[in-house]
Amino acid sequence: MKLHSIKLPHFKASAEMPTLKTLSPSKVVISMSQHGGVPCTPLVKTGDEVKTGQLIGSSEAVISSPVHASITGKVTGITDVINIAGKRNTAVIIESSNRQELHESVKPPVINNRSDFIQAVKNSGSVGLGGAGFPTYVKLNFDPKEARIDTLLVNAAECEPYITSDYRAIIESSRELINGIKLIMKYLDIPNAHIGVESDKVKAISILSDLCGKEQGINVRRLPSSYPQGAEKIMIYNITGRILKEGELPMSVGCLVMNCSSVIFISEYVKTGIPLIRRRITIDGNIVNKPVNIFVPVGTQLSDIIKIANLRKQPSRVIFGGPMMGSSVYDPEMPIMKTNNAVLFFDGTAAGTEPSPCIRCGRCVRACSLNLMPTELESAYDAKDTERLKKLKVNLCMNCGACSYVCPAKRNLSEKNQLAKIMLRNGG
Amino acid sequence: MTNYLIEPAPHIKSNATTQKIMLHVIIAMLPAAGASVYIYGLRALLMIVVCSAACVVAELLFEKATKRPRTINDLSAVVTGMLLAFNLPPTLPLYMAVIGSLVAIVVVKQCFGGIGQNFANPAITARIVLMLSFSSYMTTWVKPFFYNMTADAVSTATPLVSENGYELFDLFFAKSGCIGECCNAALILGGLYLIVMRIINPVTPLAYIGTVALLTFVSGGDVTLQVLSGGLMLGAFFMATDYATTPIRTGGKLIFAVGCGILTFLIRNFGSMPEGVSYSILIMNILTPYIDKLTVSHPFGAKKEAKKE
Repeated sequence: MKLHSIKLPHFKASAEMPTLKTLSPSKVVISMSQHGGVPCTPLVKTGDEVKTGQLIGSSEAVISSPVHASITGKVTGITDVINIAGKRNTAVIIESSNRQELHESVKPPVINNRSDFIQAVKNSGSVGLGGAGFPTYVKLNFDPKEARIDTLLVNAAECEPYITSDYRAIIESSRELINGIKLIMKYLDIPNAHIGVESDKVKAISILSDLCGKEQGINVRRLPSSYPQGAEKIMIYNITGRILKEGELPMSVGCLVMNCSSVIFISEYVKTGIPLIRRRITIDGNIVNKPVNIFVPVGTQLSDIIKIANLRKQPSRVIFGGPMMGSSVYDPEMPIMKTNNAVLFFDGTAAGTEPSPCIRCGRCVRACSLNLMPTELESAYDAKDTERLKKLKVNLCMNCGACSYVCPAKRNLSEKNQLAKIMLRNGG
Repeated sequence: MTNYLIEPAPHIKSNATTQKIMLHVIIAMLPAAGASVYIYGLRALLMIVVCSAACVVAELLFEKATKRPRTINDLSAVVTGMLLAFNLPPTLPLYMAVIGSLVAIVVVKQCFGGIGQNFANPAITARIVLMLSFSSYMTTWVKPFFYNMTADAVSTATPLVSENGYELFDLFFAKSGCIGECCNAALILGGLYLIVMRIINPVTPLAYIGTVALLTFVSGGDVTLQVLSGGLMLGAFFMATDYATTPIRTGGKLIFAVGCGILTFLIRNFGSMPEGVSYSILIMNILTPYIDKLTVSHPFGAKKEAKKE
C-alpha cells in the first residue's frame, strides 16, 4: 500500500550556509512550559544572579522537563506570558550581563547503565526537537519487559519547506548523530537503527552512509521527497512497514522515533554536560534577503531575531516553525522555545483570497496520507455532527495541512479538523 | 507595537484555484469548439457565445437577486454554457438555447446551492429539458459543411440511426450531430489535455468508453461505430468527469463510469431513443451519493468500529 503524499516546493535556500554563531540577546524570556506535560516551577526569584546552564525551573511531575538559564545575567522578573500555543504560563526574564560563564553544575554526566543514561537525559532538559516537545526521557524510560523495542527511527526527513536546521545539524554534527544513536542503542538495548532522510538531501545521505558503513545495525534510509514524510506514523510505515493503530504509541509496534537534532543534542550533552539552552533555527520566508541558520539562546525574543533577519520589507506574518504546521505569531516579544526550529517571515496572506465554495474536485482526498475525507469532515464539522466526525475518524488527523495546501477553493480544511477535535473533546 | 496577522496553518498554499481549473476546462474545449466552427460555420460559434453569455448573465442576475456572493469570476458558468452549446444541434433557434441556459444555471445549479452543490450536471439536464420540450428541433441534424450545400442536401440522420453506413474518416474528424460532438479527434485532444494537467482522472473516460466498447464487442455490434458516434467522447471526457456530480474517490469514479457505459449500451440497443449518453450520465449523477457511501475509504491505522445495535 502506498500512502498519499503531496509535492511541495522546497525553498531550502539556507541549506548550504554554515550555521552562524550564537546570537547574544540582551534579554531572554524563558517559559516554564517548554515541553509537553506539566509546566515547571521557577527556582529563582527576581534579583537573583544566574549563570548559563543553571537549573531555573523544575517539576516533580513524571511528564515534565527541567528548564535552564540560557544566558548569564540577572533575573529581572518572574511574569506571566502567553506562549505560542495560546496558553498562559510563567516565564523567567533574565537580563544579560557582560560576562557570560557556565554554571558550576555544568559537567559531563557519569553514565554506567541504563538508569544513569535516562537520568542524564532527564537532567539535560531534552525535549522532542522536531516540534512536539515531548520530554525525551519519558519516551526513553519504557519498561523493557513490556515494550519490546527493536528499532530506533531517527527522523531526519525535514519535509517542511524552508526549514534546514535539521539538515545543517546533520552536515555539521554527523559524528555526534552517530554517537548519539550508538548511545541510545547501547543503553536501551535496541538492535537496529534507521536514519530516515528525504532522497533529495544527497549530501546528508552520502555523509551519513559513509559513517554508517563502519557501524553495526545503523542504516540510512532514503524516503520519497514528498510531504509529510517526517510524520511519525508515515515514517514508521515507510521504513518498517508497521502500521501504528489508532491511539497507539510507536512503542506498541516496537519503534522508538526521535528527531535527529534531539539525538545530536543528547550526544553533545553526554560529552559536555551543557543542558538544552540553545536552538539552531532557520530564518527564512518570502521577504528574507539572506536565509540563514543561526544558534539562538532559548528565550530569545522575536524582536531580537528581526534585527538580524535582513528583511526586504515589514512582515505581515511571522511563523514559528514550518510553513505547513508552524504557528502564526502576533507578538514581537514572543520568545523562542526549545521546540522552535524556524522563524519565517512572509508578506500578504497565505491564500491571497477568501475561501470559496468547495467544488468537490477531490484533491484533498488524494492529498491525505491517512486516507481521511477532509471535505466531508469539513461539512460534518459545520453541521456540528459529532457522530459523523467520529465515524470519519477526525481524531486521526495529524494536522499536516496537506488538504488545506492543495485546496483550489482555499478552504481551511485542516483548521476545521482541529476545531472538530476540540469540539469532540469538549463533548460536542 | 506592530502586531502580525494570525492565520491557521498551513501558511503557504498551492497556486491552484477554482478559476484556473475552469480555465483549463475551457482551453480543453477549444479544439472541439474550433472544429465545430469549421464544420458547421459561424452558426456554431454563435450558439457557443450565446449559451456562455446567457449562463454568465443568468448566474450574475440570480446571485444579485438572492443576495449571494458573486461567483461568475470562477468561470464555471462559462464552462456550463460552452458544454450546453456542445450538446445542442447547430441549427437550434437561439431563444431555445437561452431557455436551456436558464434551466442549467438557475434551476439545476443555483437552486441547489450554486457551484459544487448541484447533484445533476447542469448542461446535461438542460439538454434533456430542451429535448423533451422541443423534440423536433433537438433532433434535426445537418450535414457537416452544410453551409456550402444546396438546401435539399442539408438535413441528415446521425450515424447511430443512419442506414447508409459511414466513413471512418468522417466519424473521426467531421460527423454530424451536436455542435461539440462533431470532431472526435478534437475531443480526444482536449481530454488528453485535461488528463495531462491533472484536472480529470483518466479512470472515468477509460472505463466509460471501455465498457461501451466491451459490451458492443460481446454483443456482436460495431465497436468503432458505437465508440465514435453520438456524444460518447464528449460525455466521457467532459460530462462524466464533472466534479460536483460524480463520485469523489477513484473507486467511485470507476463504478460511475462503468454504470454510464452499461446504461449507454442498453439505451442505444434496447431503448426507444438512438442516443443514451445524456440519460446515462444523469441517472448515474443521481446515484453518486450512494456510490460515494459505498466507496468510503478506510483511514490509515483506524480501528474497526464495534457494531452498535
